[in-house]
Amino acid sequence: METLLDINWRLFAVVTLNGLTLASLYFIVASGFTLIFGLMRIINMAHGSIYLLGGYIGYEVGAATGNWLVALLVAGAVMALAGAALQIAIFGWMQGQDLRQALASIGISIVAADQMLAYWGGSTYQVDLPSYFSSFVSIPLAGGYSAARLLLIGLAVIVGVGLWVVLNRTRIGMLIRAGVDDRDMLEALGKNVPVIFVGVFAIGAGLAGMAGVVGGSVLSLSPGEDARYLLSSLIVVIVGGMGSIPGAAVGALLVAMAETYGLAYTPTYGVVYTFAIMVAVLAFRPQGLMGRAV
Amino acid sequence: MTRRTLLWCAAGMGLIAYPLLVNNFWLVQIGGRTLGFGTIALSLVFLVAYGGMLSLAQMTVAGVAGYAVAYFTAPVAGVGLLLPWPLALLIALALATLAGLLIGLLAVRTLGIYTLMITLAIAMAFYFLTLQNYAIFNGYTGFSNVQPPVVAGVDFSRALPFYYLSLAIAAACYGAVRHITRTPFGLALQGVRDNPRRLRSLGYDVARVRVVAFAIAGLLAGLGGILNLWLNGSISPASVGINPVIDVLMAAVLGGFLHPIGAYVGALVFTVVDNFAINFIARERFNTLIGLVFLAVVLFSPDGITGLLRRGRIWLEEKVARLNRRRGRNAGSSSPMQSRQET
Repeated sequence: METLLDINWRLFAVVTLNGLTLASLYFIVASGFTLIFGLMRIINMAHGSIYLLGGYIGYEVGAATGNWLVALLVAGAVMALAGAALQIAIFGWMQGQDLRQALASIGISIVAADQMLAYWGGSTYQVDLPSYFSSFVSIPLAGGYSAARLLLIGLAVIVGVGLWVVLNRTRIGMLIRAGVDDRDMLEALGKNVPVIFVGVFAIGAGLAGMAGVVGGSVLSLSPGEDARYLLSSLIVVIVGGMGSIPGAAVGALLVAMAETYGLAYTPTYGVVYTFAIMVAVLAFRPQGLMGRAV
Repeated sequence: MTRRTLLWCAAGMGLIAYPLLVNNFWLVQIGGRTLGFGTIALSLVFLVAYGGMLSLAQMTVAGVAGYAVAYFTAPVAGVGLLLPWPLALLIALALATLAGLLIGLLAVRTLGIYTLMITLAIAMAFYFLTLQNYAIFNGYTGFSNVQPPVVAGVDFSRALPFYYLSLAIAAACYGAVRHITRTPFGLALQGVRDNPRRLRSLGYDVARVRVVAFAIAGLLAGLGGILNLWLNGSISPASVGINPVIDVLMAAVLGGFLHPIGAYVGALVFTVVDNFAINFIARERFNTLIGLVFLAVVLFSPDGITGLLRRGRIWLEEKVARLNRRRGRNAGSSSPMQSRQET
């Protein structure tokens, strides 16, 4: 009886840690999504494709150079450039037509998914981690736990704190926040809003690209992951509140925990809990937990 | 007006005579599929054109009906419950309407772009549910060998009866949409689309009007979903995954949201491209092709093919009018109205 209890606690601890790592990944992906929406009111349905493409590029660079950090940075940079290109070439000149932008991004995600399938095929990839992250760390209750997953939690904290500092303590952050509050006024003050838009799109896409490398190292990459992370981003920002970074953190935590516990304890209804959270939030607080009224 | 009536008669007769002209492939895989899939797209066009609400969950509602019919008429391996087909159809359509209603209740909490997000989240959550759940949805494999019923000696799994069944249901759905838009409810719905605040001050319950529209769209999508199920003979998570969900949106956008007929025009183009993509591009790269076409439509002709046709007709009419005017002037008999236009 006692051993049984022990095992259950161990399972609980491992599941909790798994939930935290998943929440970290969701947060990094969704923070870029929510940042882009907060400023530009663009629902970027291609955000999941950027995640997956970033992961694939990270895999290729990692395989070529053998350096994980280089892979992470290159994937982030390439995706940031791709994001900037998307904003300049497609979304920029239909600014204000949010539905049309969303439809265009859906078109892009379809083409991107198909081209990735053509190039990388249907098999599953894993980005190689440096050896010191492939080890296991001893954690009370849980026993050995993968260092890579703990690294992911650390990364999410760094991204969260970094975004907070940039948004609240720097001049660029001030401009972005001003743009979120009143875009027209900012433009009237003589700031170059289109350039700020491109920059924010690049940051959001870059975060998604890096998340792809991290997700591809800790979990794996395969076709269909783009839709999965798009879905998680959507639910995270609906729950947390559109355009809010703290909201993305809260939403990611709730959604990932519900998903992980759900899958561990009631495997065939895992997604129902995530969905129930979304329904509950929409019923009682349509603007999201941390969102402002729309 | 008479010209329009004539056009409709010609189109109707063409659709009825269509089986005489083509082989079974064109009859079922193009004709039948267009009508079934087009009915699902029609439910979306109805929501967008008259309610101003873009839902991505219409394929999901169609899937609910499809799964229900499969569950009650073609049980597999302990999953499902065999019922007489009229009862199964009734339950399936009731469930689809209910699903539409519930999605509406959630979606009308917010508006515009949020509706798109929420309905996409619902659609994908349903996909993952069907994938994970074995008790009701039979997981990854889903249901197969679902046959349409044999009614009074007519076997609807055969090509010709199935085509006429699809045509009858599609025509009924199309007629219903045309009719609804002229009823007080349909007018209220269009009022809500154009100016919710004014309708609210006139005493309408705006949220209820929207939810009812979602329920009607649910019923339409359910009918299309059942046709789709019978055509494919099977249903699985892949039938309600992200690709089919987006396919409905693509068909509707390709056809255009100006007029309900756009749904069937878009579905026809989509189906033809789907079947013949192999001739101009590798079969596996169909999504790239249709994605680029979709992107081009969104970027360059936001009201789709029907929008293009309408613009083409207006352009042609102007051309003809100008030609007539010139001819009139040459004859030296220009009316004062025309001369005012020309100055």
